[in-house]
Amino acid sequence: MVVRLSDVTTEEPAALPGDGLREQIVDQVRAEIGDALVDSLVKPGDDLWLRVRTDAWREAGFALRDTVGCEYFCFVSALDWLPSPFGRGEDDPTEPPPERDTEVRQGYTGGDTRFQVFARVTNTRLHVGVTIKTDVPDDLSVPSWVPVYAGANWHERETHEMFGITFAGHNDLRNMYLPMDFEGYPLRKDFPLLSRLLKPWPGIVDVEPLPGEDDDEGGES
Amino acid sequence: MTDLVDRKKLNYIAAQAADARVNVELETGGMTLNIGPQHPATHGTLRIIVRLDGEQVVWAEPSAGYMHRGYEKLTEVRTYPQITTLINRIDWLGSFANEVPFILAAEKLMDIEAPPRAQWIRTLLFELSRIANISLFLGDLGAQMGAVTPVFYAFRDREHVLNLIESATGGRFHPNFDRIGGLKEDLPAGFIDETHSVMRRLRNFCDEVEDLLFGNIVFQTRTRGVGVIPKEVAVQYGLSGANLRASGVDWDLRRDQRLPLSYDKVDFKVWTHPDGDSFARCWVRLQETREATKIVDQLLDGLPAGPIMAKVPRIIKVPEGEAWVSTENPLGEMGYYVVSKGALGPFRVKIRSASFNNISVTPWVLRGVYVPDIVTVLASLYFILGDIDR
Repeated sequence: MVVRLSDVTTEEPAALPGDGLREQIVDQVRAEIGDALVDSLVKPGDDLWLRVRTDAWREAGFALRDTVGCEYFCFVSALDWLPSPFGRGEDDPTEPPPERDTEVRQGYTGGDTRFQVFARVTNTRLHVGVTIKTDVPDDLSVPSWVPVYAGANWHERETHEMFGITFAGHNDLRNMYLPMDFEGYPLRKDFPLLSRLLKPWPGIVDVEPLPGEDDDEGGES
Repeated sequence: MTDLVDRKKLNYIAAQAADARVNVELETGGMTLNIGPQHPATHGTLRIIVRLDGEQVVWAEPSAGYMHRGYEKLTEVRTYPQITTLINRIDWLGSFANEVPFILAAEKLMDIEAPPRAQWIRTLLFELSRIANISLFLGDLGAQMGAVTPVFYAFRDREHVLNLIESATGGRFHPNFDRIGGLKEDLPAGFIDETHSVMRRLRNFCDEVEDLLFGNIVFQTRTRGVGVIPKEVAVQYGLSGANLRASGVDWDLRRDQRLPLSYDKVDFKVWTHPDGDSFARCWVRLQETREATKIVDQLLDGLPAGPIMAKVPRIIKVPEGEAWVSTENPLGEMGYYVVSKGALGPFRVKIRSASFNNISVTPWVLRGVYVPDIVTVLASLYFILGDIDR
């Protein structure tokens, strides 16, 4: 099943992974971790998403690395599915704040929690990548991937700093960017972008009509 | 080039030195050395704290974050066309290459594809920014080891590439030229002939650097066998680009994935090196620059006619969904994980930049290295600070 590099020519894109391969990866992971694989999504000709139970996060990593052969580590990060209470920071400060959607809706492969940790790994021989997600329970703790991929170290530090998610088994979750006494987790949706709150976006004050709109009188603008 | 006999000699000397170290146990107290944040060997402000035993590093810890600009947060309050301005500044030496994967991710979610001519010009500018970026690396490499001349050669010849990028896009460093659905403008008149002659010049530059540096015995002793990263470690840490290929992993996103770019229309070789040391990393980059000039020549010869912009709505709203697109940027794999909720701007953008992973291997690779080699190992890993901190 290994696609040899000598077989891959620029003339035959058929040598690149088909979707049978992606479904096969789903089956391989399911055989390894059983019903801890909660959901999967194969987009034909595009990509593969998996979602696993939090307690099986590390086992899923080992299954991907050893059974599927995804040795190449791409990244680990997190998603905050809460819609931002500040919108896009373009509210008129003189008006009362508008009503906003507060429903937490997860993306592909669903989910139950506000935060999700997700990662991407690649099989460099089969030329196929996998995006894998897991829910983050209320104690905001997920098993660390450092024993699986050494490169996850810095990524988990960054995720801890930006989202406040702890990685159990990672013993060096120091901040990378911010001072150690910084309060708050900047990439959470309920962390305001202060510069936007202090100084409103200029687009609110001087609005130009878009070209081609009905009241367009400026000609070519 | 060093032939086999010379390498044997070098190995012998190294073995003798190792023996001498074992036999004469010198009392060497530990010492902590702080390199940076401002240091000539860094393109920006990376600080490295190393713990030394005599001349040897026993522990190293890079400390990034002096240039964190919070792009992932800022993308959440901007519209898709505005974001290209931000991401231009991630890897500032090859800016155009940063725009492409993001635009491709947005196009993938919108289910549109740029017309062929736009794809070819995108690929062309992508390779030009690779040449501009790596030619500076090749020059800078000499400066790290005390050779001053290659820097001037590099700046001289990179200028021509920057002039080309400027003539096409209007910006020397930050083109901001890529649009969802195509490109802002077509190529200017006379671009093709000019580019062909600049590519000849760049191939000359590669030859010069090869003569000046890669054949130089000082350069070889400083880089060969220093900072070896085996294949298994390289993939675990997610090293990408030339760093990964120098460890013998044949993986190039230009060839190994299907993207609406024109790499499948040109013939190029993906160079790898089995050694995984500093020399291999530099050598692979040199070959890559040569290949890139050939890619540019082929792209110019086959440039199709036609429009440069697909039909896109005036106000760009990206449908709900998630997309991951990564490309082989000058520094390695750069990708964007874009989550859209159907609004004017993205819900979340995860920026995976190459240098972040490439530098995360330094605590592993610097262990056991001698102090002067710290600089060469870092230089050969090649990072851009904006690409680490984002």
